[in-house]
Amino acid sequence: MNKYLIIGASIAAASAIEAIRKNDKEGSITVIGKEPYAPYCRPLISYALLGKTTFEKMPYRDASFYKKMKAKLILGKEATSIDKAKKQVILDDGTRLPYDKLLVSTGSRPFVPPMEGLDKVEKKFSFMTIDDAKSLEKELDPEAKVLVVGAGLIGLKCCEGILAKVKSIDVVDLAPRILPSILDDKAAARVQDYLEGKGIRFFLKDSVASFTKKTATLKSGTKLTFDLLVLAVGVRPNTALVADIGGTVNRGIVTDDCCKTSIEDIYAAGDCTTSHDITSDSDKILALFPNANMQGEVAGNQMSGGTLRYDHAIAANAIGFFGLHIITAGSYIGDQLDLSTKDGYKVLFTKDDHLVGMILIGDTVLRAGIYTNLIRKQIPLSSLDFEQIAQQPRLMAFAKKDRVSMLGEKR
Amino acid sequence: MSINFLQPEYEVVRNMDRCITCRVCERQCANEVHHYNADLDRMVSDDSKCVDCQRCVTLCPTNALKIVKTNNCFKENANWHTSDITDIYRQATTGGVLLGSMGTPKEYPVYWDKLLINASQVTNPSIDPLREPMETRTFLGKKDATIHYDKDGNIITKTTPQLELSTPIMFSAMSYGSISYNAHKSLAMAATKLGIYYNTGEGGLHEDFYVYGPNTIVQVASGRFGVHSDYLEAGAAIEIKMGQGAKPGIGGHLPGAKITEAVSKTRMIPQGTDAISPAPHHDIYSIEDLRQLVYMLKESTNYKKPVIVKIAAVHNVGAIASGIARCGADIIAIDGFRGGTGAAPARIRDNVGIPIELALASVDRRLREEGIRNQVSLVVGGSIRSSADVIKAIALGADACYIATSALIALGCHLCRTCHLGKCNWGIATQVPELVKRLNPAIGSEHLVNLVTAWTHEIKEMMGGMGINSIEALRGNRLMLRGVGLTEKELEILGVKHAGE
Amino acid sequence: MKRVYVEEDWCLACHLCEYWCAFSNSGKDNMVAALKNKTIKPMIQVEEGDKINFAVSCRHCEDPICVKSCISGALSIEDGVIKIDKSKCVDCYTCIMACPYGVLMPNEDEGIMQKCELCTPRGTAPYCAAHCPNQAIIYEER
Repeated sequence: MNKYLIIGASIAAASAIEAIRKNDKEGSITVIGKEPYAPYCRPLISYALLGKTTFEKMPYRDASFYKKMKAKLILGKEATSIDKAKKQVILDDGTRLPYDKLLVSTGSRPFVPPMEGLDKVEKKFSFMTIDDAKSLEKELDPEAKVLVVGAGLIGLKCCEGILAKVKSIDVVDLAPRILPSILDDKAAARVQDYLEGKGIRFFLKDSVASFTKKTATLKSGTKLTFDLLVLAVGVRPNTALVADIGGTVNRGIVTDDCCKTSIEDIYAAGDCTTSHDITSDSDKILALFPNANMQGEVAGNQMSGGTLRYDHAIAANAIGFFGLHIITAGSYIGDQLDLSTKDGYKVLFTKDDHLVGMILIGDTVLRAGIYTNLIRKQIPLSSLDFEQIAQQPRLMAFAKKDRVSMLGEKR
Repeated sequence: MSINFLQPEYEVVRNMDRCITCRVCERQCANEVHHYNADLDRMVSDDSKCVDCQRCVTLCPTNALKIVKTNNCFKENANWHTSDITDIYRQATTGGVLLGSMGTPKEYPVYWDKLLINASQVTNPSIDPLREPMETRTFLGKKDATIHYDKDGNIITKTTPQLELSTPIMFSAMSYGSISYNAHKSLAMAATKLGIYYNTGEGGLHEDFYVYGPNTIVQVASGRFGVHSDYLEAGAAIEIKMGQGAKPGIGGHLPGAKITEAVSKTRMIPQGTDAISPAPHHDIYSIEDLRQLVYMLKESTNYKKPVIVKIAAVHNVGAIASGIARCGADIIAIDGFRGGTGAAPARIRDNVGIPIELALASVDRRLREEGIRNQVSLVVGGSIRSSADVIKAIALGADACYIATSALIALGCHLCRTCHLGKCNWGIATQVPELVKRLNPAIGSEHLVNLVTAWTHEIKEMMGGMGINSIEALRGNRLMLRGVGLTEKELEILGVKHAGE
Repeated sequence: MKRVYVEEDWCLACHLCEYWCAFSNSGKDNMVAALKNKTIKPMIQVEEGDKINFAVSCRHCEDPICVKSCISGALSIEDGVIKIDKSKCVDCYTCIMACPYGVLMPNEDEGIMQKCELCTPRGTAPYCAAHCPNQAIIYEER
């Protein structure tokens, strides 16, 4: 009987469990989680603060799922090392857990660069976990001024989550634009305008030089006072467990398209890994929920003897702020086609007869999956009416035989 | 434009409590009757364009629509009916011949409705068709009067070519061009499934439909559209059309607008030109000429296919049929004056020809009197509306019936009689692609199969009631009919006794 | 499993499917009461072209990328039908980003996504198929 062990009570863990059970009804499955919670989706924490969901509704699968899947959750324990010779994982309490197949889905952790005086700030928060969100929520106050360091996805989602419950929010980022990982300058300016309209102030191309208890002095000299500080500068993948035993790590844990690491019987999935981005033909950390889910599925399938491959990784992200929706995918390379209107921003990127990237903001996001599919499946643009589909994502633009196959055949 | 005397014939009645402004009526009306008016935020109608085809009424999901005949009336006049007056207004405006479609709407006697069917009581007991076999199979073609033996004394069973019908009903001629591709396909599919025949009409046979050849009757008419050797070979039988019940004595006219690329290819005429069938066949001025054509067609198909000669029911039909029987035809088709058409001068449709019931009775009697009834089969058409009409036709001497209007109604036709306008909202009598696609042959053929299957069940039940278990035994069996409310003369022509006799 | 399939050759762009869909999902038993004076938000939508039209709704993929992408766990597969748990949906649009057919649609009134769940009112086929006048939408096993 196979022993499956999963480090990290993550989304990848949940999908791996499901995939393992499709192939192997008998083997034991154990999941070790540092947080005291069953797998939940971290991006949901901002929605909990916003009131769109609750902490109770956050578990990705309800408790009966793990029971039905006969998966054992060991929560509140951290794996400290892997003994690859004995094929055991050692926990922080000294327990050694044996494995035949090991999945490392340890995710990432907030990265906080050294900043002078940070230790003097009493009310400072990361924004990664349920506990982070719960402790921030306790301090929210209509009179509170908030300083967010980091204008990335995490920082700005935090802003959306708390804006209505605080007095003001200032955001500082070293980058020249907001959401630098998913937007280009033009798109970022548009979103920034919108967020400023909601009352958020941005200090870009700037960083905190020093803190006192309730003030931050920026490199530019600007002084900002605050009551609460949210640190959302960035994240670092948790790769140590694999790196320590000689596994290949290149920023993230390196895996092949079976989600296997360089070490026998050890697999990795989720934000701790790098994936091969087909749009830029390069290895990248694609720290995105759908990717973690699909990697977990492939890893679980491979661990239990399957043949699934994770070979269509792309960056694809949907995010919204105060009703303004942004959908991006792929790489921003090749030829740009700007189809923006006053209601929506739309830039498509094409290269060698393929759609390789897109940035959509506002009303243009509707039916965006039709574009994402073109990117993910690398569908030759010459096989369809690109002029039409560029204007509006529609199945009509596909050749008749493709339409018939899409709408008339079993999916 | 000067003053227009014509007022809308119909009014669109919209129940505003029910209308949800879904605009299905607007999208589905090729006549552009319905419109959404943004100022009013409601649907409005232009009654003057309504032909009462009932498409909108049928598709309205909330049953918010009905079409009513206008009760706007001219001053009452026993001589001058509204239709007489409006026809004059129309002609005074256009200077043209009035066109109409489908069968005549005028009130002429329908003899089917004055004939009643017998049923067995006590003696010669009735038969339950659910328990006992009931034969509706019919063979059309020449039947030998005597039995022939070969030199060893065995009976020679080889006959002249016959058409085998599972039930004595066929779809009569409707040309591709006058009806749509999908209507044609529906008929072809249904005929094949049912084991009967449909008829190409005079428009040739679209290349896609050659696969239905074994259940196809190909027609040769005065325009000879689409006639070539493959076409003649493709069908199970060849029909020479001499006349049509709806427009005896004249030819046909398919306007150029209906001659699309596919129609032009099938008909072998230039695209967009009017397809005009001459009134006569220009090579037939006598029975001898007709005989030549019959034998030319037989010769060119190696005597493998029965030849049908179709004529309109006219005054001297008995003598004409006798001539046709003697000129080598295997089957005579007679089309009554109530028969349908895609377009005909209204005056001719409404005033020329005779009822099929009388024509049939007199032809059957004439051929029997001349001792040549076995030389031909008789097929009749021209407003066969139900299985009861079929039973009565067979009892009056028919071998089988042709149905067309009934078939079109099964396909959705609502008899709005505007086929000639080419904008059939049901996708039947049109060549406009957006309209043609409204008739899905999968649905159409299923409806046709259901209709003929249902009629066949009814035929079996009525046969059973008469104590007859084979359609052959009903043919010409006038004792199974009685007339009601008919004059002595009418009964004499029909060869039927009055009810009570 | 029976699914909804589309035969574009027969679609007339009458849009009846959209109205029947809206009615079916209205929870009301009378179409007039359900739809009068309302802007409908159907889960099936007709794409209209020059000559070609067809209705598009959830294909209920066997390996659905929307479900894999859903961050809240609101989308799931139940007996082959992709269902949405509206109490879990946070309106993040990730499913819109993912669906290759573009069939997940935001319902602005509710602030969450909506999608076809293969309604089978009164045990019939889904209303879009049951009321398609020309069999352009077919509910069957393929």
